[in-house]
Amino acid sequence: MIRKTQVPMREQDPRERIHNFQEVPYGYTPEEAIQEAKRCLQCKNAPCIGGCPVEIDIPRFIAHLAEGDFRGAIRVIKESNNLPAICGRVCPQETQCEGVCTLGKKFEPVAIGRLERFVADWERERGVELPPVGEPTGFRVAVVGSGPAGLACAVDLRRFGHAVTMFEALHEPGGVLMYGIPEFRLPKDIVRAEIATLQEMGVELVTNAVVGKTFTVDELLADGYQAVFVGTGAGLPRFLGVPGESLIGVYSANEFLTRVNLMRAYRFPEYDTPIRVGRRVAVVGGGNVAMDAARTALRLGAEEVLVLYRRTEAEMPARREEIRHAREEGVVFHFLVSPVRFLGERGELAGVECIRMELGAPDESGRRRPVPIEGSEFVITIETAVIAIGNQPHPLVPRTTPGLSVTRWGTIQADEEGATSREGVFAGGDIVTGAATVISAMGAGKKAARAIDRYLRERVASRA
Amino acid sequence: MYTILEKRRLAHGIQEYTVEAPLVARAAKAGQFVVIRLHQRGERIPITLADWDPDRGTITLVVQAVGKTTVELEECFQEGDALADVVGPLGEPSEIEDYGRVVCVAGGVGIAPIHPVARALKEAGNEVICIAGARNQGLLFWLDRLSQVCHELIVTTDDGSYGRKGLVTEPLKELVGAGRVDRVWAIGPAVMMKFCSLVCQEAGVPIIVSLNPIMVDGTGMCGACRVEVDGQVRFGCVDGPEFPGDKVNWDLLIARLSAFKEEERCALERYRELLKEATA
Ligand SMILES: Cc1cc2nc3c(=O)[nH]c(=O)nc-3n(C[C@H](O)[C@H](O)[C@H](O)COP(=O)(O)OP(=O)(O)OC[C@H]3O[C@@H](n4cnc5c(N)ncnc54)[C@H](O)[C@@H]3O)c2cc1C
Ligand SMILES: Cc1cc2nc3c(=O)[nH]c(=O)nc-3n(C[C@H](O)[C@H](O)[C@H](O)COP(=O)(O)OP(=O)(O)OC[C@H]3O[C@@H](n4cnc5c(N)ncnc54)[C@H](O)[C@@H]3O)c2cc1C
Ligand code: SF4
Ligand code: FES
Repeated sequence: MIRKTQVPMREQDPRERIHNFQEVPYGYTPEEAIQEAKRCLQCKNAPCIGGCPVEIDIPRFIAHLAEGDFRGAIRVIKESNNLPAICGRVCPQETQCEGVCTLGKKFEPVAIGRLERFVADWERERGVELPPVGEPTGFRVAVVGSGPAGLACAVDLRRFGHAVTMFEALHEPGGVLMYGIPEFRLPKDIVRAEIATLQEMGVELVTNAVVGKTFTVDELLADGYQAVFVGTGAGLPRFLGVPGESLIGVYSANEFLTRVNLMRAYRFPEYDTPIRVGRRVAVVGGGNVAMDAARTALRLGAEEVLVLYRRTEAEMPARREEIRHAREEGVVFHFLVSPVRFLGERGELAGVECIRMELGAPDESGRRRPVPIEGSEFVITIETAVIAIGNQPHPLVPRTTPGLSVTRWGTIQADEEGATSREGVFAGGDIVTGAATVISAMGAGKKAARAIDRYLRERVASRA
Repeated sequence: MYTILEKRRLAHGIQEYTVEAPLVARAAKAGQFVVIRLHQRGERIPITLADWDPDRGTITLVVQAVGKTTVELEECFQEGDALADVVGPLGEPSEIEDYGRVVCVAGGVGIAPIHPVARALKEAGNEVICIAGARNQGLLFWLDRLSQVCHELIVTTDDGSYGRKGLVTEPLKELVGAGRVDRVWAIGPAVMMKFCSLVCQEAGVPIIVSLNPIMVDGTGMCGACRVEVDGQVRFGCVDGPEFPGDKVNWDLLIARLSAFKEEERCALERYRELLKEATA
């Protein structure tokens, strides 16, 4: 008989965890992992593989796991995914592999994400097997941006034997994994371990290099790099554009999370960067970013955290687990409301005026469009607000790279494999798709690495 | 990396640092800044490029000690020490053209950042008049360097201990009032730039100011540096730092500069206590 439900994963008690930044779930024990792995039906058609953006051979890794062969399991995963410890924690499994799992039709799907996380953690504790580095080809590739797209691209380029230099604007590599996603969801040691692996494979890392400012893509191409991969992400914060948004106490989610994660403001004054959080905090938005900001605010000492979302729970783009965790921790959700202005006293935020919304006809995204209900305005007293309504592509590289085509949304125009309008310049991740997911960025980085490899061997080599 | 090659005291609480940063030195233009971090626990703070030498691979920063980070830099970082991070050049360069007759106004530590702007304006063919002001003589520096990059230098001190007694706005008012000033640049404390802007606005002379909002990344990804210019929200680090002074919402800028007053005080106090313990 198969278990109908997933083997539960133990977690920190919500009452405790809102006072610390340690990771919430503890992960499976080997016994729990094997027990969960045994739920897999080993389907012939394996719909889960199709549900995975990088097509991990899921039943095969689970089969190794079920037999207690953890090394075998991690090898299967790493054939298609270089960052399993990260993906196991942050992928929206419910809309990917687990969403199409056969078992899920009648019972709970196999907890694929938790199993992936388990084997990746198992490997990290025992020493990571370095992916083999290819014979030196003599080609040099510049990778711009060190988020999941850049990381994945760099690893594969090394596998193909190319020399790789990765340029990062910030003082620490990792992109959103480092500055956006909080410690309690993705411990930074995991990200650092991935970066260390990359360096052991021979990737040269240059931080504090803002491409487009410190030097341009064209300068890199003139400087001996035969190809450039652009993975600069969608790091530009969007604001609501309502009055009062520049009052002290209103943050973009990026500022709020960057102060806390990258700059460790949660350890101020031991660390120098400050953050201020009032007793009552409103977070505007309904995605992972909003959940991260809300749960971070609680941990910084806010007594009450409200999430203001203009649609309903069903439309929330956040991972289900994040919503559940936020609720358990006491975050209060207000659906069908939207801020119309922020109110201040002596330059500081004191409240927010909202309007109630109702769902109208579906929009381009297929979700029903929220429309304001006239006359339904009301005021909430708050001392801090965090705007988490999405990020835009970073314009710096497109703006400083003549001939690089962009779409009307400011994303770089690239084909399936990352080739752009400029020869030798490839792009992938959020800078191409707009804000998306870690795994899709990673997948794009991998595809681009293959295309770059082909480009170097065919085009550039034949020229020489 | 980022080694301090030379450190020189310029005035009370103001130090000049020559720092190794070849990539920045190669790309630097007048009006741009860098973001620096002292050490692994440090915060990121913006400092304007006061000078640079691409051949030597160095940049010159002039920093006034006003709080935890800048005080620690002054007290704990000596020649031979290295900063953890220097990133740049950031921000849009000054729009340098031959405007005709330009007045460059510097208040306090603003003398350092106005220096490359004046130099570039002079090289572009402008007649450049500099006005440099400080509270007293002890806070003035680089007057020799400034006089080399302009045609005329006017110095003011609040207490009259050097040069003309009074504020920089007085000679500015006379110059723009007499006509024949095509453009004004002002760099200094927000209040000083605000009053320079008012003077120019009245006289109908365009004025460019270099805004100094609180920043985190300095690359456009956080919005901490948002300012209001001509009714629009702009990011100081990527859209600026230079903006037309007559269009700036000064009250908002000044208010936002005090966003972390309490924390800044606490950080400085803690630093002083730790330092006392360490040296006791
Ligand atoms: C708070 C938050 C939570 C999220 N939670 C999840 C989640 O749970 N699950 C999920 O799948 N996705 C999540 N996402 C989305 C996911 O993180 C992104 O889709 C993904 O990181 C995109 O990867 P990327 O490599 O394209 O870009 P990024 O991760 O944004 O990395 C881009 C890097 O390029 C650098 N850069 C930018 N411009 C330059 C330049 N000019 N020169 C040099 N370097 C430059 C940036 O500093 C950055 O380090 C979240 C996003 C945020 C912000
Ligand atoms: C574009 C730009 C160029 C600048 N150039 C120079 C320069 O050439 N020389 C110089 O001495 N100073 C310069 N400054 C100001 C300098 O960045 C601040 O004095 C410094 O950050 C103060 O840090 P602190 O920890 O020593 O003091 P704190 O006690 O933290 O702050 C003192 C005051 O400085 C401001 N400030 C604090 N943190 C920041 C921050 N992260 N970013 C910006 N401002 C902040 C606040 O108004 C605060 O009240 C510049 C600022 C900007 C925005
Ligand atoms: S769909 Fe579910 S049950 Fe079937 S192979 Fe994949 S994980 Fe196993
Ligand atoms: S300092 Fe972060 S956007 Fe300007």
